[in-house]
Amino acid sequence: MSALRPDLAVIAQQVPAGARVLDVGCGDGSLMAALRDERGVDARGLELDPEKVALCVSRGLSVIQGDANRDLVEYPDDSFDFAILSQTLQTAERPDLMLDQLLRVGRRAFVSFPNFAYWRMRFSLLLGGRMPVARHLPGSWYATENIHHLTVRDFEELLAVKGVKTERRWFFAHEEKLGAGGANWRAEHAVFQISR
Amino acid sequence: MATVLASTSRTHSLSDPLPLDSGQELAGVTLAYETYGDLAADKGNAILIFHALTGDQHVASPHPITGKPGWWNRMIGPGKVIDTSRFYVICANVIGGCMGSTGPASLTADGKAHAMRFPVITIRDMVRAQVALLDALGIERLHAIVGGSMGGMQALSFAANWPDRTQRVLAIATTARHSAQNIAFHEVGRQAIMADPNWQNGDYYETGKGPDAGLAVARMAAHITYLSEAGLTGKFGRRLQDREAKSFGFDADFQIESYLRHQGLSFTNRFDANSYLYITRAMDYFDLAEEHGGRLADAFARCTARFCVISFDTDWLYPTAESRVIAHALNAAGAAVSFVELSAPFGHDSFLLDVPAQDSVIKGFLE
Repeated sequence: MSALRPDLAVIAQQVPAGARVLDVGCGDGSLMAALRDERGVDARGLELDPEKVALCVSRGLSVIQGDANRDLVEYPDDSFDFAILSQTLQTAERPDLMLDQLLRVGRRAFVSFPNFAYWRMRFSLLLGGRMPVARHLPGSWYATENIHHLTVRDFEELLAVKGVKTERRWFFAHEEKLGAGGANWRAEHAVFQISR
Repeated sequence: MATVLASTSRTHSLSDPLPLDSGQELAGVTLAYETYGDLAADKGNAILIFHALTGDQHVASPHPITGKPGWWNRMIGPGKVIDTSRFYVICANVIGGCMGSTGPASLTADGKAHAMRFPVITIRDMVRAQVALLDALGIERLHAIVGGSMGGMQALSFAANWPDRTQRVLAIATTARHSAQNIAFHEVGRQAIMADPNWQNGDYYETGKGPDAGLAVARMAAHITYLSEAGLTGKFGRRLQDREAKSFGFDADFQIESYLRHQGLSFTNRFDANSYLYITRAMDYFDLAEEHGGRLADAFARCTARFCVISFDTDWLYPTAESRVIAHALNAAGAAVSFVELSAPFGHDSFLLDVPAQDSVIKGFLE
């Protein structure tokens, strides 16, 4: 699974063979294809962009074109072993409600997101006095689809409020895996494996 | 000039009377069908195409009356999206139709046409007849079933009622039930036919004059629903037909009027008015959830096939919302389903026309 983005590769390694997986915001279906081809996983996807959905379908993947903000409610309870939300939480209209939906349709979930408290972001805001535009968060404040920026600590607090269990965490900077120490400073991206 | 694809025209007569949803039986049923390509030794490469309301079995071969290329010629052939060098493609005229399968114009044992004695049929009855054809051909499990519009309804009905008989289901620009608006447009068409004095309560076959005017109006009204407003505006706008100024009369001043009149008139050369009544009725009666206890997901409970549902953003006859209902029901049933709304300017007719995104989705799905 070396072709996958590091956060996706970590997720792919955790999913056991034959599991049922929903990839919310599955993009071009890279993770789904890897899970299917290398693990025999029954992967389904939800994706907003019709062109990406068409690409997925032409790869033989089962993907529904729709909006995760509205369409997750259509999935029955417990229909998946894992729900995956990669780099999408910060684009949700209500991230907290989307989290509820993830853990309703899936027994477990993987959530990956860009960490707004990464030290470069902090310095950029502190010294430049403007909303940071970074490699992992491109786009100006007025055009970005990332409407709910969050930090590792913010996410942990939300999980605590909701009583959601954290099973594992991974942190990344420059596509390299980091230890958990000082993650809220040092990590560009975080991946959480959570359960009800 | 498009090359003409080698096809085989056949008919199959069902050995047993066909049980119908109405409780009646239809005896002596014949199905006219076309095939393209070669059936593999294991019979695993067959794709059944279901045609739409006014389509027929000539999906990729010239129409015997109009001489026009098959209605999905662009899609089916060697090396095309549905590749006949790999797949054995079957398309049958539905019962109730008028291109060789048993319908209201077919003769009964008394030597006269059924006319309105023909039983009211349903989408499931149409499919049941085609399943009998598959039985006769010895095809246990199809590689795929494919249909747009009414063809999509047949595909969904097939999947729900004969879930083991196909590996893939492709339903395009369709719905799981006819809406009040859908029924309303059909009723306008039927009333136009029945209001034509030449309809003669359906017994026009031996009188030398049929309800052509009524059928043409029905086709005109329906044709509007197959196009988008933007498409009509782009193609015709308010442009006048072969004249410099309005005539202050009721000639076809506008190009759109002339176009619709031509569509209506030419339709009467190739379609039987009573078939139009029966087939539109079958579509109006279609409600897949109702057949399965009122919950659409239950209709798909036994499905193991993979599904692909396609809608078009300018289709207001069977809009995207209808396809979403199907996709969500399939999801709730745990079926492997893909759904995509494609952008195309041609309204409901988009599924028949040049939409490259549709080609790549279908090609990928059939792999």
